Amino acid sequence: MASLRELSKKKDYLTGGHRLCAGCGHSIAVRQVLLASEDPVVVGCATGCLEVSTTIYPYTAWKCSYIHNAFENVAATISGVESAYQALKRRGKVDKELKFVAFGGDGGTYDIGLQSLSGALERGHNMLYVCLDNGAYMNTGIQRSSATPKGAWTTTTPVGSVRPGKPRKRKDLTAICADHNIPYVAQASISHWKDLHAKAAKALQADGPAFLNILSPCPRGWRHPSDQTVKMAKLGVQTGFWPLYEVENGVWKVTVKVREPKPVAEWFKLQGRFKHLFAPGNEALLADLQGDVDSQLERILARCESTQE
Amino acid sequence: MSKTVALTGNLACAHAMRQINPDVVAAYPITPQTTIVEEFSTFVANGQVDTEYVTVESEHSAMSACVGASAAGSRVITATSSQGLALMWEILYIASALRLPIVMHNVNRTLAGPINIHCDHQDSMGARDSGWIQIHCENAQEAYDTTIQAIRIAEDSRVSLPVLVCLDGFIISHAIDRLDMLDDPEVKKFVGEFEPRVTMLDPEEPITVGPFDGLHGQFFEFRRAQELATLGSLPVIEEVGKEYGAVSGRPYGLIEEYKLDDAEIAILVLGSTAGTTRVVVDDLRADGVKAGLLKIRSFRPFPIKQITDALSGVKAVAVLDRSLSPGAIGAPVFQEVRSALYDSESRVPIINFIYGLGGRDVSMAHLKEAFDVLSDIVKTGQVKQTINYLGLRE
Ligand SMILES: Cc1ncc(C[n+]2csc(CCOP(=O)(O)OP(=O)(O)O)c2C)c(N)n1
Ligand code: SF4
Ligand SMILES: [Mg+2]
Repeated sequence: MASLRELSKKKDYLTGGHRLCAGCGHSIAVRQVLLASEDPVVVGCATGCLEVSTTIYPYTAWKCSYIHNAFENVAATISGVESAYQALKRRGKVDKELKFVAFGGDGGTYDIGLQSLSGALERGHNMLYVCLDNGAYMNTGIQRSSATPKGAWTTTTPVGSVRPGKPRKRKDLTAICADHNIPYVAQASISHWKDLHAKAAKALQADGPAFLNILSPCPRGWRHPSDQTVKMAKLGVQTGFWPLYEVENGVWKVTVKVREPKPVAEWFKLQGRFKHLFAPGNEALLADLQGDVDSQLERILARCESTQE
Repeated sequence: MSKTVALTGNLACAHAMRQINPDVVAAYPITPQTTIVEEFSTFVANGQVDTEYVTVESEHSAMSACVGASAAGSRVITATSSQGLALMWEILYIASALRLPIVMHNVNRTLAGPINIHCDHQDSMGARDSGWIQIHCENAQEAYDTTIQAIRIAEDSRVSLPVLVCLDGFIISHAIDRLDMLDDPEVKKFVGEFEPRVTMLDPEEPITVGPFDGLHGQFFEFRRAQELATLGSLPVIEEVGKEYGAVSGRPYGLIEEYKLDDAEIAILVLGSTAGTTRVVVDDLRADGVKAGLLKIRSFRPFPIKQITDALSGVKAVAVLDRSLSPGAIGAPVFQEVRSALYDSESRVPIINFIYGLGGRDVSMAHLKEAFDVLSDIVKTGQVKQTINYLGLRE
């Protein structure tokens, strides 16, 4: 494992000066992932905040080759790039070792891009797919996705007199990817950089497709001050909302154990998107949400137990 | 040296793909295209090609993967039909805007609903404005020959655009036809090595593909540049067709005229119906009727000058359209031909026959009926009805 000092000297593929908001989790996540590559990388990016903010023509913040195609197809697109690489390598036209990394938001991955992702994982391309999960369609103005936590306010699950935010639970995308039986799947957070770095390194070295789901706070959509991004990610882990684990060749393992998870309300109360949950009368809803977090953790621990040798 | 074979149109296309041996094929099956990808799969399975064959989970992903593979700097071919082409629609525009020389067969089939697997041109007409070059084939021979030429057209540095090679579902795709194939080395030589304009695979020269055009971007200028490239492909299609003729003995142009020199009445049509029309023209000629045929091969770009010149001597024209545009003034080919003739000196009377939708058979009797209407227009000097339907049960 490289030290922070060593990492700080490595080539940064995403330069500063891009137009992501101050405090955006996405650029932190991208840098942490790409710093783990020992080989040059080729990046694919789905439509979303990362894409629009880093490639405003005629500028680009990317120092590696990069392709944006559309919103729902970054997995298929990077699989095409990787296929061209395999073909040209076989024909002796390319000889360098390269890594292929796709970035998609939760909207571009959990929702509209799920089919494209599932197909690419099943076909077994040598690629890493990274989902930058900020729990909503931020680029288009904070609409809900299937990654939005239950109870959260978004502009398409507004808090009204009869509906308190998003009515349904999140989809468990990490587990869905793990059940594709690919070499490596993990859940990580920008707050735990060592854990994330180690996972990205493993994912990039995997022989076949790998998937990383990264908690990437969005100050705009979560409604928290922009200097609290890392803290928000950390609390997401410490409350058990975002367990850090990996699934390596079918074996599930928690990588950062949280001995005594904090009540999820401690995380919620720092974010404007959950403000309404603390209004009188919503106590039962808050208890219900804590129950969901608890049972999710139990499910993961049970899979860890059942797959460990 | 060429050899004469009996193949369906789809197998002829698959063999052209085998001889081209592209770097990447990403495709998804759909009737009536399926036998192209099935046959190509056997070439892959038997090591007759060393193409990277990507068996995607949908046509949307097929075109998305083709875009990635082509932008990476590889030679890419795919094939589809109907609902598949419709599912690709979003990415068709991106492929052409990125100026990627992808070649795709579209085995023409109508668009649902009701769901129907048979031939008409509704699917490729939907791709009309997508920025793809669109060439229509009359038979298996043309489908084979055009596949090989399409590589050269798409990759020409003056063009750099994707090419859609259209062949009529079942009529061409599934009927066994006699055709001549070039030898493998001749095809290899004709298509040459692919020299990509850009590659994403050189870490020393990174490139950003598909940037965001911002709020005050260059979109308009890009789209205009694309239009100029499309128009600029007109002489390239002719050049490649001529060069192919020198190798194969079968030269190709943008249009094809049949007995049009002294014709008084003419039918203009795309695809396999041109073959049937040819026979009807011969029959009418035997009866002393001066009938002729104008087949359009290149629908995009639309060869305006060639078409107006070819029709300059006729006294009445019927455009046959195998698609329907509800609420428009006639179907797409008619609209375009009539618009082209508006500026011509002769302003020849022109009518539209919509035919063959959802695979409705078009017989010699139908075409004879169309020619009869034209004869009547010449005789009376009057167009009774501009938009007509052939073979519609009314
Ligand atoms: C087919 C299609 N549908 C909708 C959109 C509009 N759109 C662009 S980005 C986006 C949301 C992106 O959300 P997410 O993937 O979560 O990324 P984020 O911006 O939150 O990082 C939407 C809905 C689109 N570009 N294409
Ligand atoms: S809206 Fe959110 S995700 Fe988008 S750039 Fe701003 S902080 Fe990042
Ligand atoms: Mg998002």
